[in-house]
Amino acid sequence: MARLEIQNITLDYGRYPVIEGLSFQLCPGELIGLVGPNGCGKTSLIKSLSRVLPTRSGQILLDGKELSRFSRNELARIVGVLPQNPYLPETFTVSEVVILGRNPYLGLLGGESAKDMAIVWKAMERTGITHLAKRRIGELSGGEKQRVTIARVLTQEPQVILLDEPTANLDICHQLDIMDLITHLCREKSISVLIAIHDLNIASQYCTRIMMLKNGQIHAEGTPERVVTPENVREVFGTSSTIYPHPENNLPMVFMNGNHCRQKY
Amino acid sequence: MINNHNESVAHKTARELPAYSSRRFLRVISISGLILTSIVISALALTVGSVEIPFNTVWQILISHLPFVNFRGDWSPTTDMIITGIRLPRILMAGAVGTALGVAGATYQGLFRNPLADPYLIGVAQGAALGAVVGFVLPLTFGGVYLIPILAFLGAVAAVSFVYLIARVGKTLPMTTLILAGVAIGSVLMSITTYLTMISPDKVHGILSWLMGSFSISSWDQLKLISPYIAIGLGVIFLYARPLNVMQLDEEQAQQLGINVERTKIILMASATLITAMAVCFVGIIGFVGIIVPHTVRLIWGPDHRLLLPLSAIAGAILLILADTASRTMMAPSEISVGVITAFLGAPFFLFLLRRKKKAVF
Repeated sequence: MARLEIQNITLDYGRYPVIEGLSFQLCPGELIGLVGPNGCGKTSLIKSLSRVLPTRSGQILLDGKELSRFSRNELARIVGVLPQNPYLPETFTVSEVVILGRNPYLGLLGGESAKDMAIVWKAMERTGITHLAKRRIGELSGGEKQRVTIARVLTQEPQVILLDEPTANLDICHQLDIMDLITHLCREKSISVLIAIHDLNIASQYCTRIMMLKNGQIHAEGTPERVVTPENVREVFGTSSTIYPHPENNLPMVFMNGNHCRQKY
Repeated sequence: MINNHNESVAHKTARELPAYSSRRFLRVISISGLILTSIVISALALTVGSVEIPFNTVWQILISHLPFVNFRGDWSPTTDMIITGIRLPRILMAGAVGTALGVAGATYQGLFRNPLADPYLIGVAQGAALGAVVGFVLPLTFGGVYLIPILAFLGAVAAVSFVYLIARVGKTLPMTTLILAGVAIGSVLMSITTYLTMISPDKVHGILSWLMGSFSISSWDQLKLISPYIAIGLGVIFLYARPLNVMQLDEEQAQQLGINVERTKIILMASATLITAMAVCFVGIIGFVGIIVPHTVRLIWGPDHRLLLPLSAIAGAILLILADTASRTMMAPSEISVGVITAFLGAPFFLFLLRRKKKAVF
């Protein structure tokens, strides 16, 4: 179980800041949905939490310890990341890619043990890709590749999972499968999950908390009922919407009415 | 109870994923099979040349030189000299250089994620050649021949750093700029090298044959000088086989999987450059080995560097021993440059493999 504390961080690419003075906590068993328009800083935030993008100021604490004081290996055993559009080498087989998730647990001389292989197999079962084990990456569809990467993240046995649009390439059935799996891990193993997602309805149905970003700052934060409101959707996305509770669980569902704040064509 | 469960899962894995259980077996079989092949080929190469020496005599001579063996046959001292003084060091040198070039090629290709990366295409070999020629041409007051490998390494490092700095676009190293910069800088370095050989008339002949790649002056002394460096370089690269697998993903993912990307790059780059420089410094420019060998191995055994690197090492040795044997026997008593042989045999073979498989090699 691991807790991430983000304290007043600023991120930038050269001169342009993408995140300014952002603070929040990600606790074990929590599933935070990060929503907001393109370019609001979701991807940058996820990169900085896995120390791929350095912070300009502020600090990120993982279980009270500054993120930069972890070695890459230590960090990879705790934090697993599904990047946006990850590149996978075409000639690798599916199992060869999933095995890479064991890397942080193996020394320079070590090979994968039967136990490592069991973890790999379990992760592939959970994402439903065991039948693809020997297929080459170049022969897979976008959604299958997405599930391969998710299996690889699970193979890291992380306590914190950061996902950048995990459902982007998936059909509705696999979208729900992946979200169910993530929810299950989050509850059963008290894994902390931060998920950047565009689909407000999926975010609302699955997340325990939603953070709505606008221009690198938190615009609204809290339970789906509090955050997914017509006012917030209009202010953040510039889109007019109607919101009804879901007939079965009463969680807010968004129905788009059209762009009112944008130029008409 | 938990233990039991894990075992049963492991068992299931082994059964349903035969690729894993057979992987170690495949590795052992492939590596030992290729090693055996290289030994047989070396032994056959010892028998052929300007004087044919029967295989029987060859192995008796070799055995007689083993420590603690007191054994004399009815061969002449000249025959002994031909085998142990001329052919054996030459064959071992070809093997060492082939190993170095095969592994260096595989490492650069993995490191740059670029199927065209090769010691000769990215200018490293030309840098090493310039360094070595500077050593040959300048009157060295200290160090003498021991300085040649070091100068070659410095030349190679300078060349690869320069190419890297020029070819880099932002934080990435695009395939096209890498090759363009490598070829351009390689040509400049090669012209300087040729110029240096031309202004030193007394040594021109030796250096000229060296420039085109030749094992004709290989000796035990040279072999002793370069083999420790090659061994160190190979050892380090083999240790980094799995990180190199992870780095076949993009750098962001490699970092997220626990790889210190910058450090790994520098270590692998330095090691590959070291073994390239050692390969070049006494035998000159031998093209194509660094690109044919790893690609052929990849086509047959797949992209896993834990198999690719050791197999490229042995296959590189086999290729160069064969090429050198051809170079000294085909037009005997005169020799064909070994670089000519590798290009002539290697390029069509490589094209054939590409045509046959018609899918992504990398």
